[in-house]
Amino acid sequence: MLHIVNKSPFDRNSLESCLRLAKKGSAVLLIEDGVYGATKGSSVEVKVQGAMANLKVYALGADLQARGVADRVLDGVTVVDYGGFVDLVADHSNLQSWL
Amino acid sequence: MKIGVLVSEGPYTHQASDSAYNFVKAAIEKGHEIYRVFFYHDGVNNATRLTEPPRDDRNIVNRWSELSKQHNLDLVVCIAAAQRRGIMDANEAKRQGKDADNLAEGFRISGLGQLVEAGIQCDRLVTFGD
Repeated sequence: MLHIVNKSPFDRNSLESCLRLAKKGSAVLLIEDGVYGATKGSSVEVKVQGAMANLKVYALGADLQARGVADRVLDGVTVVDYGGFVDLVADHSNLQSWL
Repeated sequence: MKIGVLVSEGPYTHQASDSAYNFVKAAIEKGHEIYRVFFYHDGVNNATRLTEPPRDDRNIVNRWSELSKQHNLDLVVCIAAAQRRGIMDANEAKRQGKDADNLAEGFRISGLGQLVEAGIQCDRLVTFGD
């Protein structure tokens, strides 16, 4: 299962809900304002890092760059481009956008 | 792989239409088939040909029209959502007795069944919204 989160964790609780409910082995892709969840030094850093024991976390590079946080990505998060986004969609038979 | 896309947010709102556009382009470049892009809720506002953004800004509506022309994309607008928001083609304008129509090139108006059918026919359905 690929979970797609597009809202900032400081705006809505969609990332928190996603991390709580996603099954072990699932992938989480952070896009748009959701990429703030992949940055160092935030109040959700510990939660995201803890979740990475069971989940694979990705973040969209273009959206990190647009927000000036591309150099603050958490260790363990894989940065992908739109092509990588497409590959993630192709590799997972189920998708869930956390709108 | 057959991919369907759902857009449920208007242009220039947050980022859903831009993300969907970039995703669709990347998917085509990778050789996937975009079976349909379905515009629902405020997403139907992506289909008005009357938008005129500043020259240094991207024209989200024209960009969809051009991509549709290049790759023969099926861009479908939900009719109920469109009627509520004043998006109509010439036929619909005539039927409703309106003095103008505004559906952009490359889009067509149809029903929600088109979304359901895309969900059935496609290997993946990717949702972009608010």
